[in-house]
Amino acid sequence: MRRLRKILIWAALSAFAVAFIYPFVWLLSASFKPRSEVFDHRILPETFTFDNYIRVWQEAPLGLWMANTLLVTVLAAVAVTITSAMVAWGFAYFRFPGRKALFGLLLATMMLPGAVTMVPVFLIWNDLGMVGTLTPLWAQNLFGSAFYIFLLRQFFMGLPREPFEAAKIDGANNWKIFTRMALPLCKPAVVVTLLFEFQAAWTDLMRPLIYLRDSSTFTVPRGLKALLDQFGFGGEWHWEIVMTASVITTIPMIILFFLGQKHFVKGIATTGSKG
Amino acid sequence: MRSMRFIETRAALLFISPWIIGFLIFTAWPVINSAYLSLTDYDVINDPSFIGFDNYVTLFEDPKVGLALRNTFLFTVMSVPTQLVVSLGLALLLNSATRATGFFRTAFFLPKMTPPVAIGILLLMLFNGQNGLINSFLGVFGIDGPAWTTDPAWVKPGLVLMSLWTVGSSVVIILASLRGVPQELYDSALVDGAGWWKRTLRITVPMISPTLFFLFIVDSINALQSFTEAYTAFFGAGNTTYSNDAALFYAIYLFQQAFEFLHMGYASALAWLLFIVIMAITAVQILVTRRFVHYEGGNS
Repeated sequence: MRRLRKILIWAALSAFAVAFIYPFVWLLSASFKPRSEVFDHRILPETFTFDNYIRVWQEAPLGLWMANTLLVTVLAAVAVTITSAMVAWGFAYFRFPGRKALFGLLLATMMLPGAVTMVPVFLIWNDLGMVGTLTPLWAQNLFGSAFYIFLLRQFFMGLPREPFEAAKIDGANNWKIFTRMALPLCKPAVVVTLLFEFQAAWTDLMRPLIYLRDSSTFTVPRGLKALLDQFGFGGEWHWEIVMTASVITTIPMIILFFLGQKHFVKGIATTGSKG
Repeated sequence: MRSMRFIETRAALLFISPWIIGFLIFTAWPVINSAYLSLTDYDVINDPSFIGFDNYVTLFEDPKVGLALRNTFLFTVMSVPTQLVVSLGLALLLNSATRATGFFRTAFFLPKMTPPVAIGILLLMLFNGQNGLINSFLGVFGIDGPAWTTDPAWVKPGLVLMSLWTVGSSVVIILASLRGVPQELYDSALVDGAGWWKRTLRITVPMISPTLFFLFIVDSINALQSFTEAYTAFFGAGNTTYSNDAALFYAIYLFQQAFEFLHMGYASALAWLLFIVIMAITAVQILVTRRFVHYEGGNS
């Protein structure tokens, strides 16, 4: 009876695992098929070809798009992590009047839908002459982000105060205490922040749609959408191109996941238990 | 001499200054400006002209607003409960498995790493009415699948099914909270002879209800603002092949008004309506669901 239950659970899990993984396998295999075979649903292509990859590279400046995305993503992740950690430390360590009210305000900003600030923020970048450049995609991160500040503050609050007080008496200044002691102790939360923001910036479509005009400035998701508009909706469907570009867009995220799997899973698991 | 308190406050303000500056420039000012712009007619090129509450009047007369709201509600009502049930089911299965849980957790989480724009494209292919994978699969059972991406009646169900592919992070969150349920509760229930269903319904679900509640609220807020998958698959330059009214979500209509038609004033009014709708729905959800949420150490 117990054994039967175990087998059933295992069978159910395996069936779901196939359902979750299969679309990847299908997409990957289709990217090696000629157009006529894309929809034949064979896992191993009957005619194996690299042509799709060569054609995507000829049709679109994919290397440039990758470089743009990488630049934006790294700047966005590093900027938001450093400043969010600073602010989080400010809220977690110091005692000052108005601390609770300010932190409450910070939490309240998380509830504001992005739609409300979308138009005025666009107008700010427009006035600064930055629309059409990559700057609006990451520069706002220089001011931290409420969600990460909250996440990092929770972590800082869990650290014992004594070592910091001792260092202070020994003459260490606040900046040194933050960079040399607090930040290294909070490495797991810093890694989670970096990974989360890297993923968010890499996969974002809406802001590149708003801010980027010229194909040479596109990020990969924005470029993928442009390819779909051109090779999909533009007339005769070229599934093989759109699909191969999807594979290329997804692979960096998969690699990132396998590199930081432990941190991703831990980070996600803790965000939920705060509710 | 300056007091310790003054020095401490000054240091704290230095640390949090990035957020304060960012808040003033990128939140406070935009909120004020958005409220003002919603009372104007503004196309970015010419100065905004004040028109009072005209935009808000237009909102109620614009059939597309009603359509977009209906689509968004329907999608939210269909997708959020399904996602919760599926992720709870998967988490329960994972929690009772003893082997290879790491592998299965990875398998369920991986789709979450797929960029939403790629998911939109995958949707068009998997749910392709003529030769997509889903209909081929249904065909095995002799079912003639619908034209998911072109038949208005099936566009939203397709989007809902596709959204199930990315429940991975909910599974991870629920699993973490399942691991926190004390084993003694199950042991004593077993002594009382309670079966699996009874244990799940009477112990597990109440014990993890704060987590389920959190996911319910967050998923709803996200669903009400969904944009990328539907926009990728059904909108954008050159897309004239579809009657895409069925996929016109509120966030998409707002985006079109602001950045395709350059109706910045009208888009601002649309944004405020969305804000009010989300606040109202969240408040109702909190009030209604609170009764079913169990907090250890009493409701506080």
